[in-house]
Amino acid sequence: MADHLLEVNDLKTRFYTAEGVVHALNGVSFYLDEGETLGIVGESGCGKSVTMLSLLSLIPKPPGKVEKGEAWFAGKDLLKMNDQELRGVRGAQIGMIFQDPMTSLNPVMRIGDQITEPMIEHLGMNREQARERAIELLDMVGIPEADERVGDYPHQFSGGMRQRAMIAMALSCNPRILIADEPTTALDVTIQAQIVDVVRRLQEKLGMAVVWITHDLGVVAGIADRVNVMYAGYIVEEAQVTDLYADPQMPYTLGLLGSLPRLDGKHAKRLANIHGAPPDLFLEPEECPFSPRCDYVRDVCRDLNPGLRSVNGSHRVACWIDVKNNQLIDPEEAPVRE
Amino acid sequence: MSENGVILKVRDLTKHFPIMRGVLIKRPVGYVRAVDGISFDVYEGETLGLVGESGSGKSTTGRVILQLYRPTSGTVEFEGRQLDELKGRDLQAMRPKMQMIFQDPYASLNPRMTVGDLIGEPLLIHTNMSHKERAWRVGELLKTVGLNPVFAQRYPHEFSGGQRQRIGVARALAVNPDFIICDEPISALDVSVQAQVVNLLEDLQDKLGLTYLFIAHDLSMVRHIANRVAVMYLGKLMELADQEEIYTSPLHPYTQALLSAVPIPDPKVEMTRKRIILEGDVPSPVNPPSGCVFHNRCPLAVEVCKNVVPEWKQVSRGHWVHCHLV
Repeated sequence: MADHLLEVNDLKTRFYTAEGVVHALNGVSFYLDEGETLGIVGESGCGKSVTMLSLLSLIPKPPGKVEKGEAWFAGKDLLKMNDQELRGVRGAQIGMIFQDPMTSLNPVMRIGDQITEPMIEHLGMNREQARERAIELLDMVGIPEADERVGDYPHQFSGGMRQRAMIAMALSCNPRILIADEPTTALDVTIQAQIVDVVRRLQEKLGMAVVWITHDLGVVAGIADRVNVMYAGYIVEEAQVTDLYADPQMPYTLGLLGSLPRLDGKHAKRLANIHGAPPDLFLEPEECPFSPRCDYVRDVCRDLNPGLRSVNGSHRVACWIDVKNNQLIDPEEAPVRE
Repeated sequence: MSENGVILKVRDLTKHFPIMRGVLIKRPVGYVRAVDGISFDVYEGETLGLVGESGSGKSTTGRVILQLYRPTSGTVEFEGRQLDELKGRDLQAMRPKMQMIFQDPYASLNPRMTVGDLIGEPLLIHTNMSHKERAWRVGELLKTVGLNPVFAQRYPHEFSGGQRQRIGVARALAVNPDFIICDEPISALDVSVQAQVVNLLEDLQDKLGLTYLFIAHDLSMVRHIANRVAVMYLGKLMELADQEEIYTSPLHPYTQALLSAVPIPDPKVEMTRKRIILEGDVPSPVNPPSGCVFHNRCPLAVEVCKNVVPEWKQVSRGHWVHCHLV
């Protein structure tokens, strides 16, 4: 495939539940380059976590099912790999950290043993080497007295330290990609600042690419090179981070940025609000998924679901409206999503 | 009302929770100093923001003010009555004046009650309204918070998080309170819905002249909604000042670090910002550090901070700080 480190095409994931079919991902395509940080933002239920879990075949099956799509990583399609091949990728070449470090650490296993496990499994280290490397890693992520703390259990660590331990574990096999799924959402802002700082420092040192999944547009502004905005299982806007904030094109992105108060006080007296609630994913999407909540909505938005079109180089948006002039675009310019 | 428009006066308020040990004979082996001697006023019609990290004691402060927990020591004076001395029927009589909106709109609404019963319950307790009058009032309240009055027949699970929080707001408004404690009312909501609830709270304040104590950890949202802001750390107030002043010229090193840690949704600003990264975690409130509770994480700490508890002093009009170096 192309020169990207990871290239995902038309990923579709559904969950077949007793209440109906959840249309979690409806055709998601994106790429990730060597060493860059990609931010994926969106509200709960928009599919940002499911995207990454689908790639690594980590969604529970059943009820989940990846219906369609390909994900090229190092010349191979992740979605066509068998379990054994996948095990060689997960934790080794693609590391992952999750939102809640308490539920993703094993409470009855020492921190050190949890960090050494992937190194023994993937790198063929013996226990002694792995233990030494674990201490080195804990030290690198900023755990004080790492050589003593390596024997602790997770409950002896604070929330911030557990997330550091998770990072140490994810980085233990020198992955090429680190997927961070809301790693700071459960933490206080001062601890969040510590974790963001650690990840950024390690990325500079080790050169891995990072996918940072979050609902926090503030965190993304500080850490990402490029951003994908997701809504209802679609990518609705993608851009370089500076372009996205300076010149948002999708009414949803505009609304999100307008609804955020800013610490430096540069915002309107009254917060812009997006009326209504996020969409019902049980319904098969036919129209633009944002149209029921959109202030710019036109008839065409309720009939046809727009695909991504380029507005300015790599800045792409899925919308029938040119929001700056509040005009319909030429329908030939954008593809229609089936 | 009371002097100079002060609606709530909190003085040296303390709440210590005992840690009990023992099999047959339980005895306290230590205390969690959740709130440890705080003093402030709330003025009529204002919004006072109370911010701090988890475990700093902000929610406990809110609950002690409403006497949901009785204070260990200190006083709470509300509309001229000393709440900590009131009991039984006298305290009950004060309750309609002060209400609370809770953080989790999923946990704070009884799933087996209809929305009408949930909102009507405070009316049943505090008024003599007939069934018909109550139903009418519930309809009015639902309209006030932007919901359809027919929703009174439905159950909480039929609503989204934002709508549930509106129900929580309607319930707090039912008995015409003067003062509402909002305990992290938006932290469980999606970003696009947070703004809806905040705008609703602001509109209601304008319309009904409400006073809010707005407890939150989102400093950006507090800047937006509050007139004055109090910063809490390990059960103590670190700084209290007007909104504009605390965000543009914070004096306490903790406030400075806290503000610098909050990301701003603008990559150009983020690129040039300097962060003060605090070392370590918030210490345990069972065994708080001696002297100034912040000294072991403070980048500016000197010898005196380790041994002497700083005073809560006013450095300029309405700007209070708890620090030796200011």
